[in-house]
Amino acid sequence: MLLSGAEIILECLLREGVEVMFGYPGGAILPTYDAMSKYPQLHHVLVRHEQGACHMADGYARATGKVGVAIATSGPGATNLVTGIATAMMDSTPVVCITGQVPRPVIGTDAFQETDVTGITLPITKHNYLVGSIEELAYTIREAFYIARTGRPGPVLVDIPKDVQNQKIEFVYPEGEIRLPGYRPPSSATEAQVEAVLELIQQAQRPVILAGHGVVMSGATQELQELAERAQVPVALTLLGKGAMPESHPLVIGMMGMHGEAASNNAIQEADLLIALGMRFDDRVTGNLKTYSPNSRKIHVDIDPSEINKNVKVDVGIAGDLKTVLRQILPGVKSVQHAEWLNRIRDWDEDSDERDILKTYEGDKLLGAQVMNDLWKYTGGNAVTVTDVGQHQMLEAQYYPHQRPATMITSGGLGTMGFGVPAAIGAKFGRPDEEIWAIVGDGGFQMTMCELATAMQENIKINIAVINNGFLGMVRQWQELFHESRYNSTPMFSPDFCKLADAFGMPNMRVTRREQIEDAVKFARSQPTAVLLEFVVEKEEMVYPMVPAGADLHAMIRRPKPNERK
Amino acid sequence: MDQQSSKHTIAALVENKPGVLNRVASLFRRRNFNVDSLTVGRTYKSHISRMTLVVDAKRTDARKMISNLFKLINVIDVKLVSSEPHVSRDLALVKVRSDDADSRNGLTLLCERFPARIVDIGPHYAIAEITAQEDVVEGFIEEVAKIGIVELVRTGVVAMGRGTRILDTEYEPAIPVAANGSAHQVY
Repeated sequence: MLLSGAEIILECLLREGVEVMFGYPGGAILPTYDAMSKYPQLHHVLVRHEQGACHMADGYARATGKVGVAIATSGPGATNLVTGIATAMMDSTPVVCITGQVPRPVIGTDAFQETDVTGITLPITKHNYLVGSIEELAYTIREAFYIARTGRPGPVLVDIPKDVQNQKIEFVYPEGEIRLPGYRPPSSATEAQVEAVLELIQQAQRPVILAGHGVVMSGATQELQELAERAQVPVALTLLGKGAMPESHPLVIGMMGMHGEAASNNAIQEADLLIALGMRFDDRVTGNLKTYSPNSRKIHVDIDPSEINKNVKVDVGIAGDLKTVLRQILPGVKSVQHAEWLNRIRDWDEDSDERDILKTYEGDKLLGAQVMNDLWKYTGGNAVTVTDVGQHQMLEAQYYPHQRPATMITSGGLGTMGFGVPAAIGAKFGRPDEEIWAIVGDGGFQMTMCELATAMQENIKINIAVINNGFLGMVRQWQELFHESRYNSTPMFSPDFCKLADAFGMPNMRVTRREQIEDAVKFARSQPTAVLLEFVVEKEEMVYPMVPAGADLHAMIRRPKPNERK
Repeated sequence: MDQQSSKHTIAALVENKPGVLNRVASLFRRRNFNVDSLTVGRTYKSHISRMTLVVDAKRTDARKMISNLFKLINVIDVKLVSSEPHVSRDLALVKVRSDDADSRNGLTLLCERFPARIVDIGPHYAIAEITAQEDVVEGFIEEVAKIGIVELVRTGVVAMGRGTRILDTEYEPAIPVAANGSAHQVY
C-alpha cells in the first residue's frame, strides 16, 4: 500500500487504538491534517491554544489509562505544548505529542516557524524523536506509544519534518516485538526483598501505608486494600493517590503533606514503619527531610529505580510494578491488629473535627470549603473532578472524598495553573458517561478559558465551577502567613464570568449563598451542554492545616479550636 | 587496584544516534551531577558508542547517576568500572618551550622517566604525548610545567574492566544503521 508519511502517522495512531486527538493545525503539520479526511475514525478536537491540547490529552490519559495524543505545528505551536508536556512528565502520564517540523533541507537555517523542539523538550519528555526518514516513521511512532505507556509512563514527543509527511513509500506496518535495548522497566521483587518486607510488616507496631499515583496507574487498588485490611495498616494518600482506596474506608486516614490531614501527618511522624507504594516522597509530602518520620523503618516500592533512596533513605527499596509486587507480598501477610495505634490516630482525627471550619464558621460569606463539601454532597460523591491549582485544589482534596480510582484529576508535581478546564474536556472524551466537574479558581481559569469555545464546538458536557475569591488565593495565603500580608499582585480583577459564559453560548449561574448550591448543581446537571457556575466566595479564606515549605511535617499551622480563638 | 578512590569511573554503552551525548549532558545538568571528564567514541560495532565518565565521589552519588543513566532510552548498559579491577588511561598532548638546550634536554629526560614521547619538535616549541593513568599524566604535567607549558589538551579517561569483566551488548538495531554512518554520529 503506497502511503504518504502523513497517512502513515494516522495509520499508526489507528493501530495504537487512538480514538481522539487534540490539536491545532499549521504549516508544518498541514499534510497530516489533510490526510485526516481519509481517517474519519480518528476524531480531531480543535483546541484554542496548544497548551490546552496537551492538557486535554493528559486529562484523557488520566481518565482512561490510555495514551493521550496532542498534535501541533512547528515553532510556536510546539513551544505552546511545553507547559502541558512538563505537567505530564511530573505526574507520569502517558501522552504522545506529534509536532510538525520544517522540511529537512532547511532544518538548522532558522526557517520560518523553525524551533529545535526535540532540544527544548529533551528534559521534560520521557523520550523524544526527530524523525530522520520516512522509513523510520512507523517504527518510531510505535516506539513512542510503547515508551509512553509502559514502565513509569510519561510524555513522548515525535517531531516530523514536513517533507517526511509528504513523501510516499510502500507501507508495511512493523509488526513484532519492539526492540529497545536500553529500556527495561523493572517488573517484580526478588524473593529476598519479599522476605524483608514481610518481616518488617510483621514487626511493626505503628505502621502507615503511603499510597500514591502509582497505585492507581498500576491498577493495584484491590491489592492495596487487601494489604491494609489484613495487616490493619492505616493508609495515608498523596494528592494524586486520592481514590487509590475508598476514602470512606475506616483505614483511610486522609491526604498527607503540606495541606494534609493532621492525623495523617502525625501518624507518619510517629510511625515505626512506612510502606510507601507508588509515591516519590515529594517535598510537599515530606516537609523537612531531616525530621521526616524519624523513628520508622521504610519500605519503598516504585516502578522507577531512580526514585528509590532519592529523597528518603529506605530500608527495603523495590523497583517494580506495584500490582505485581503486592501480589508477591500478599500471600505472606499475616492478619494482625493494631487497635491501640488506630485509636491514637482516631483521637487526632477528632481533634481535627473540632477545628473544622464547616462546623465552626459563623460568618455569612460563602466559603470555598462549603462549596466543595456541597458539591460532594449533591453529586453523590461520585463525580470525576478535575481541578486547577491553588486553594480550591487543596479544598477539593480535603472536602471531596473520592471512592473510586482516577476520579480526581489534578496537576500535582508541576502545579500547573490553567490545567483544569482543558483537562476536564479531555477527561470527558475519555469517560463520556461520567459526570465531570472542572473545579477552578478565578486565576487559573483565566489562563485557559479560551477552551470554553472548544467545549462548545465539540458539544462536550462538562460542569465548570469557578471559585472566585478575587485573589490568587494560595499566593495570598502565603503572603498573609509569611510576608506580613503584603498582597502584592494577588488581588485580581476578573471579567463577569457569567456574561463571559453567555458570550460562549454557555448556560451559567452565579452563586453567592450556600443555600443556592443545591439548585445550582441541579441546574448544571440538567443542561445538555457545558455549564459554568461562578461561586463568589470569601476573599481571605485560609487552607488549614498547613506545613510551611521546608518545615517539620508535625509542625503544622492549625486552625484554632473555637474556644482558642481571639 | 583503584588508586583514585575519591573518584568514580563509570562506563556506559549507548546507541550511536544523533543527540545521545546531548541527552547524557542534559541529564547531568538538570540533576546537578558534576562530571570531571566525559569521553565518547565508537566501539567495534558501528551502532554502539561507549562513554567513560569520571565523577568526584564526594560531590556526586554514583548510584544515583547510574540509575538516572539507565532511565535514558538510548543508554544500553552502565557499569561502575572503578568498583572492580580495571585499567584506565588518559592521553595528553603538551606543547612545551624548546628554544634552548636546557628545555630540550629537560623534556627528553622527562619522557624517559614517564610513559611519554616527543611527537613534534621545532625551534620554538615541542609537543610531548603521554598515555597513562590519570594520576601519572598529572605528575608528568606538573614536571613539564617547570620547563614551560604553552598549550595542553587531554582526552579524558577511558577505562575497561580487567579479565572476564566485559561490557558489551548483543543488540542489533531493527532499522539498519546507514552504511556511511554519517547520519548516526553521536554528536
